[in-house]
Amino acid sequence: MTSIAATSAPTRRKLVGAGRRQWVGLLYVAPAVALVVVFFIIPLGMTAWMSLHNWPLMGAHSFIGLDNYWAILRDTRFWNALKFTGYYTVIVTIAIFVVAFPLALFIERPRPLTGFYRTSFFMPAVIGFASASLLWSWLLNVDSGLFSPAAFELGLTERKVNLLATFQPAFWSIIAMVVWKVAGFTMIILMTGLQSIPPDLQEAAMIDGAGPLARFRAITLPLMRRTLALALILSVAGSVLAFDQFYIILRGGPRNQTLTAVYWIFNQSFVSFKLGYGAALSMVLLVILVALSLIQLRLLRQPEGVD
Amino acid sequence: MAQARSRKRRIGMQIAEHATGIIASLLFLAPIVWTVLSAFKPAQESRQPPLPPWPTTGFSVENYATLNTFGDGLWLPAQNSIYVSVMTVVLSVIVSVLAGYGFSRFRFPLKNLLFVLILSTIMIPFQSILTPIFLVLTKIGLHNTLTGLVCVYVTLQLPFSIFMMRNAFDAVPREIEEAARMDGANNVTMLLRVMLPLVWPGIVTIALFAFLGAWNEFLAALVLMTDQSKFTLPIMMTALQSGRFGAIDWGAVQAGVTVMMVPCLVLFLLLQRFYIRGLMAGAVK
Repeated sequence: MTSIAATSAPTRRKLVGAGRRQWVGLLYVAPAVALVVVFFIIPLGMTAWMSLHNWPLMGAHSFIGLDNYWAILRDTRFWNALKFTGYYTVIVTIAIFVVAFPLALFIERPRPLTGFYRTSFFMPAVIGFASASLLWSWLLNVDSGLFSPAAFELGLTERKVNLLATFQPAFWSIIAMVVWKVAGFTMIILMTGLQSIPPDLQEAAMIDGAGPLARFRAITLPLMRRTLALALILSVAGSVLAFDQFYIILRGGPRNQTLTAVYWIFNQSFVSFKLGYGAALSMVLLVILVALSLIQLRLLRQPEGVD
Repeated sequence: MAQARSRKRRIGMQIAEHATGIIASLLFLAPIVWTVLSAFKPAQESRQPPLPPWPTTGFSVENYATLNTFGDGLWLPAQNSIYVSVMTVVLSVIVSVLAGYGFSRFRFPLKNLLFVLILSTIMIPFQSILTPIFLVLTKIGLHNTLTGLVCVYVTLQLPFSIFMMRNAFDAVPREIEEAARMDGANNVTMLLRVMLPLVWPGIVTIALFAFLGAWNEFLAALVLMTDQSKFTLPIMMTALQSGRFGAIDWGAVQAGVTVMMVPCLVLFLLLQRFYIRGLMAGAVK
C-alpha cells in the first residue's frame, strides 16, 4: 500500500484505473452467481432445513428435529429402493463398459467408414432418456410392440410373452435399453483416452514381441486410468439417479420391485406430498452421491501411469 | 506366393471388420429407424406389431393427426418445448459468456471461491433439491410457468458452460486485447467486437448442450409443470403413453417420439464436431 502511495501521480492513476476495471469482473459474473444462489444454494440449504420439519404441502409446518431421519431408518421400502438402485448401478455400469470398450477400440483405428460407424453408435446418445423410454415402451409392448411378437413369429416362444410382467425380463429389458442409449457416449469418452496414448509406445511393445492382450493389459489399461475413472463416475452418477426409464416403461413395477431411490423420493414428495420427509430422503441420497463422487475423484486425481 | 496369401488374409480381415461394424451400426440405428418408419403407417396398421417396420398398406400421416387430438394437441406442448429450449439456449449463452469473460480476464475479490462454487454444483444432484426449487419458484411468482422452468434449466447448464467459456476466453492471446484497447475499445465493445468472433466455437458447443438438455429434460418438468397447458413434449407424451387420455394409441406414441427425436438428431448431425469437442473438453478437465 505504502509503495503505491509513494509512486508518482500518473502511475497511481493508472493503477487505480486498472483496479476499478478489475472490479468490473464482479459485474460480469453476477448474473451467473445470482442464478446459482437462488436456484441452487438456497434450495440446498432449504432441503437441509425442511428435512428437520413435518412439512405438508398445505398448512403449517412444524419442527420435529431428527424424527424424519429416524423414520428413514425404519423405512424398509426406501432401503429396498436403495438396494435396487445399487444393484441396477452395478449391472448397468458393467454392461455399458462391456459394450462401449470394444466399440471404442473399434472406432479408434482410422479406416474407411469410421466416421459413419462412430456417428451411428452415438446417435441414441443425443435423444433424451424420456424419448428413448417411450420408444422402448412401445418396442417392449406385448401386443403392438416388436420383441414379443417377433419372437413368437420366429417360433422362439410358444405364445407372446409379456416382457414387462415379471421382474427378470423387465429388468434386463431396461438394461438393454440403457446400454443402447448410453454406450455411444461412454465410447467417445473412452476413445479420447485411447487417442492420448502415444502410438510409439504400442509399437515398441509390439517390436518387443508383446501380443495384443499383453499390450492391452500393460499399456492401454494403465494409461487410460483417468479416462476410465471419468467414464465410471459419469456412469455411476447417472445410474444412481435413474428415474425416467423406470417411471415411463415400468411405473416402478412389476409389484414395485423397480422403484429407484429418486423414484421413491419423487413418490414421497410429489405423490404423498410429505415434503419434509422427502427432503430428509434427499439429504441421504445427496450424501451418498457426494461420497461416491469424492471417492471416484480421488481415483481420478492419482497420477497417470504404471504404479 | 506368401505375400499374396497374406494380402488375401488382410482383405478377409477387413471384410470381417466392416461386417461387424455394419451389423453393430444397424443395431444402434434400428430402434430409431423403426419408429420413424412405423409412425407413417395408417392407424389400423399401427395396432399390429411393426413387422415389417415400413407401412405396407399405404403411407399415411394419420398418426400425427391422431396425436394432435389428445389433450391440448401436439402444437401447444411442441411450442412449450421450443420456447423452453430456445430461451434456455439464449439465456445460458448470455450468462455464461459474461461469466466466462469475467472469470478469465479480471481479478476481483472472491473470484476463485465463486468459480469453485459454480463448478461444484455439478456434484450435487438437482433431483435432491426439486422440492425447494418448487417452493422458491412459488415465492417469486414463477411456479407453473415456462419461464421458471427456463431459470432452472439455465442454472443446471452453468457449471459446464461457464467452464467451457472461461477456457475459450483463456485461449485468446492477451496481445489481441491489448491492441484493441490501444485503439480505444472499452470492455463491452471489446467483448462484442473482438472476443466473440474468436470464441464462437465454444458458444456453439454450449448452445447445443443447452438445447439438448432442455429439450430432453423430464423430471423437473414433470414436477414443476402441473398445468396441462404448460406440459413440454416429454411430459405430454408420457401422459398419453400412460393412458391418461384413454386407450393407448401406439401409433400416436411413435409419431410423438419421432417429433421428440428428430430435432436432436438433425442438430447433432449438423453440429457433430462441436458436440464431440464439448465432450472432449469435459473429458480432459
